[in-house]
Amino acid sequence: MSKKVAFLQGNEAATYGALYAGCNFFAGYPITPSTEVAEVMSIELPKIGGKFIQMEDEIGAMAAILGASLAGAKVLTSTSGPGLSLKQELIGYGCIAEIPCVVYNVMRGGPSTGMPTGPSQSDVMCAKWGTHGDHPAICLVPASVQETYEEVIRAFNLSEKYRTPVLVMPDEIVAHMRERIVFPEPGEIEVVPRKAPTVPPEQYKPYDTQFGDVPPLASYGTGYKFHVTGLNKMQDGFPTTKAEIVQAEEERQVRKVEANADDIVTFEEYMLADAEVVVVAYGSTSRSARYAVNVAREQGIKAGMFRIKTFWPFPDKQIKALAAKVKGFVVPEMNLGMCAGEVDRNAQGKAPVLGIFRVDGEPINPDQILAKIKEVK
Amino acid sequence: MAFDYDKWIRPGKLPHIWCPGCGHGIVMKGLIRALETLKLEKNNTAVVSGIGCASRLPGYIDCCTLHTAHGRAAAFATGVKMAKPEMNVILVGGDGDGTAIGGNHFIHACRRNIDMTYIIMNNYIYGMTGGQFSPATPTGHKASTTPYGNPDPCFDIAKLAIGAGATFVARGTAFHANQIDKLIVEAIQHKGFSVVEILDDCPTTYGRRNKYKSVIEMMNRLKEVAVPVKAAEKMTAEQLQGKILTGVLYKDETKPEYTAEYAKVIERAKASK
Repeated sequence: MSKKVAFLQGNEAATYGALYAGCNFFAGYPITPSTEVAEVMSIELPKIGGKFIQMEDEIGAMAAILGASLAGAKVLTSTSGPGLSLKQELIGYGCIAEIPCVVYNVMRGGPSTGMPTGPSQSDVMCAKWGTHGDHPAICLVPASVQETYEEVIRAFNLSEKYRTPVLVMPDEIVAHMRERIVFPEPGEIEVVPRKAPTVPPEQYKPYDTQFGDVPPLASYGTGYKFHVTGLNKMQDGFPTTKAEIVQAEEERQVRKVEANADDIVTFEEYMLADAEVVVVAYGSTSRSARYAVNVAREQGIKAGMFRIKTFWPFPDKQIKALAAKVKGFVVPEMNLGMCAGEVDRNAQGKAPVLGIFRVDGEPINPDQILAKIKEVK
Repeated sequence: MAFDYDKWIRPGKLPHIWCPGCGHGIVMKGLIRALETLKLEKNNTAVVSGIGCASRLPGYIDCCTLHTAHGRAAAFATGVKMAKPEMNVILVGGDGDGTAIGGNHFIHACRRNIDMTYIIMNNYIYGMTGGQFSPATPTGHKASTTPYGNPDPCFDIAKLAIGAGATFVARGTAFHANQIDKLIVEAIQHKGFSVVEILDDCPTTYGRRNKYKSVIEMMNRLKEVAVPVKAAEKMTAEQLQGKILTGVLYKDETKPEYTAEYAKVIERAKASK
């Protein structure tokens, strides 16, 4: 049997990816350029008995998915820049209370209202540093419609596996372009279920580290009654200010993601084996970068691309390894150097980092990247 | 036999954080009596709050409890209720949490008429942060941020709820302790969004700034200003001057409830497949 094929927009693909992953609850607020996700969800979710709710604001949408997740639902919200800013406090709530959820954020120009219909990649730092306090961050940056579909599924899996909010952040080009997509068969892509408690309700603690850094999460209404708070908490979920407990819990919350970077971080290595100049790119920019690398190769330049698929945790290890053997990095991105700064941090002075930074709402074209590749001596 | 409150109190979680003379404990006891009267199933009951003194209440109650972020209780609770409509969802919080930072979520929960009960402990002040004025602080009164008297007009929370579309709105006071559980029982039994405003006192951060010499004086004030709606019908406008109506202020059993309406959406969507 041949697989089902469609011609879809990135935002539509994201929605179908979420449904494949078992998403059964969506709360959102209209915002360009991500609204299609809410629109498709409002059509599809009730068909399978799921729930769609348009909330009164971005904060309410984030709150509603956290509440629904605690009641056992697999949850998604979608937004864009200003909405991501508004959701930040509750993304932090999701981090400290350890509530699985997926936030799909289409990157448009900013700050503030910025350029609502223009592409951008300027939310990548907001994904890690937007909410206050130390916390884990997982952020995926797909580069095609097919990949958006698959990365949304992976986001659900990671959010359940690590019990934390996961962000999927296509730029506006990826979110709105249309491409062919091949749907996987049911069961073809693994869907990770929530780790349910194995102890009886009277012994259950929502942050019980005897089960490791990611304790099982029960759902309200299933016989397990427990307390959840945004305060620093003990293993039983109740607040504490005891220094040693707060320190240990904070460290665990970050460690559960950082120590598993090898499981989470994904990337594509394109013509890297003998590359002397490495373009580090992500999202739609990587499509221009691939073209530029091909042209450079035709011209005899040993260029390659390291394509970031997981922006957070950042592929530190991989960039460090590359820095030791290449002549230089080229980092094209639709912001003023957010990824370039991370690459430079990892290059540790061993290789120069040349940036191409556009914040004018226009994509970065291959010619610009090729010219920069040639600047690396 | 004395009523057994311990049945609904989480072992080891008392004493509570509230100051001597605070009315929040009276409200909590009223809530517990209501939970017991209705024989609600602990595993099927969620108590959700925001941030503030009143919002610490869920930590003491032995059921599914969720202490959310400042002002967000109604939005978190909406998620819980939509995901599991069979659960009893009760919100608790204060006047600042519910009507200032949480005002938007509050009025929209009222508008949707989603089947939850919101108990607002209105002590006219932000207590936990030390007594700043809230949207419920009477004009002219003193707070730590209105040292020359509050220039702001204040909300009538019950009227706000009625105007926004809540279908059951009641008001009680911390003085009229025996009425609290009855109002909450009726509110929980009501199918739709129900609001119970309890006029409360904060001797620590409000009373002392506004010339109340004691908790007793604050309680006496609640006793004096409260007029049951039935009694008010027989009173003149002049007699009602400065009084506050208590009891069930509004009830509408005709407006559709939100989760039931969404169940119909699911039916229509399935039929359209």
